[in-house]
Amino acid sequence: MNSGKQKREIPGTTMFDGDQARKGYALNKMCFSFNSAENRAEFLRDQDAYCAKYGLNAQQREAVRNLNVLQLIAAGGNTYFLAKLGGIFGLDMQDIGAQQTGMTKDEFKAKLVEAGRR
Amino acid sequence: MARIVGGINVTHVPYIGRAIANNLQQDPYWKPFFDGFPPVHEWLAKVRPDVAVVIYNDHGLNFFLDKMPTFSVGAAPEYQNADEGWGIPTLPPYRGDQDLSWHMIESLVEEEFDIVTCQEMLVDHAFTLPLELLWPGRKSCPVRTVPVCINTVQFPLPTAARCFKFGQAIGRAIESWDSDARVVVIGTGGLSHQLDGQRAGFINKEFDLMFMEKLVSDPLWVTRYSIPDLVELTGTQGVELLMWLTTRGALLGEVARVHSNYHIPISNTASGLMVMEGV
Ligand SMILES: [Fe+2]
Repeated sequence: MNSGKQKREIPGTTMFDGDQARKGYALNKMCFSFNSAENRAEFLRDQDAYCAKYGLNAQQREAVRNLNVLQLIAAGGNTYFLAKLGGIFGLDMQDIGAQQTGMTKDEFKAKLVEAGRR
Repeated sequence: MARIVGGINVTHVPYIGRAIANNLQQDPYWKPFFDGFPPVHEWLAKVRPDVAVVIYNDHGLNFFLDKMPTFSVGAAPEYQNADEGWGIPTLPPYRGDQDLSWHMIESLVEEEFDIVTCQEMLVDHAFTLPLELLWPGRKSCPVRTVPVCINTVQFPLPTAARCFKFGQAIGRAIESWDSDARVVVIGTGGLSHQLDGQRAGFINKEFDLMFMEKLVSDPLWVTRYSIPDLVELTGTQGVELLMWLTTRGALLGEVARVHSNYHIPISNTASGLMVMEGV
């Protein structure tokens, strides 16, 4: 699945374009459902059943099971929707940032503070 | 005719909601951010707006990928906030201004901006938190509102040049509204930040400061950059600077900076604040 268009490469960055939107539709739709507390509870009761209900593919289910943000993005996940999945597990943006960059949370926070000094 | 009293651009990081709910304004982490606001409160007390046109981007509360409008305008009597999934407090509803909404819709479409109109619209943190920051500690927001939403969720996004022109069309719409209302334009989001990918945590202070300066003196400067350029320079979510640019466009003509603040970091974000008024 590819638009065939020459894409701009930005290291460590995925622009959520049509290809990503097509690939990630089911995953993002599931995450969108987490705006409702009732749905969040249903997901927590049986994660696999909930993933199946939204028609997630094997790659997406695996990424959800691992709660691995880079895998979730590779599977078509969009940051704004993934944040709702992260929220269920109490992950904030520094947890998510640390996980993706392979840093500890403190290291990631220090990197942010450092960006203000430069 | 209605009068535009000025424009305010401000960051909308979700955790501001938690900081307000827990009264952390004087906490060392939050103080440099909240200390930026008293001069804005003074300015608002002076210019006394009746209505706020709020230009923001939805983060998966009102719009899903099933239908994703590039530009949309609210036309509801009232706008509800709602659960966004990660637990910041849900805020009470905001009053709309349907007369201005429909006047803007007529005027924008007449100017060939074929916007989506929304008679029901949930407003997320990007709409609510800036209003809470600008009018803190009140039971309800003292101004009527018109939400204007720009897509930053799914690429392609509208170009910077297009957003500037959209802003100008909004400005002309407001100024041609047969009303004696005083209108403030509020743009929310930015500045540089990136939440996703191995480049998460990316911040570009040099670019942000240049952008803030140019926004006043030479707003077309930023239109030389494509959307992918802006992603590279400011981060995947840094492109929210489009809201700032749209707001600047709405002010039409020359402006002066009344006040600004810039602080790194709030959450993963370089936070920015800027008040401008026409000269
Ligand atoms: Fe945002």
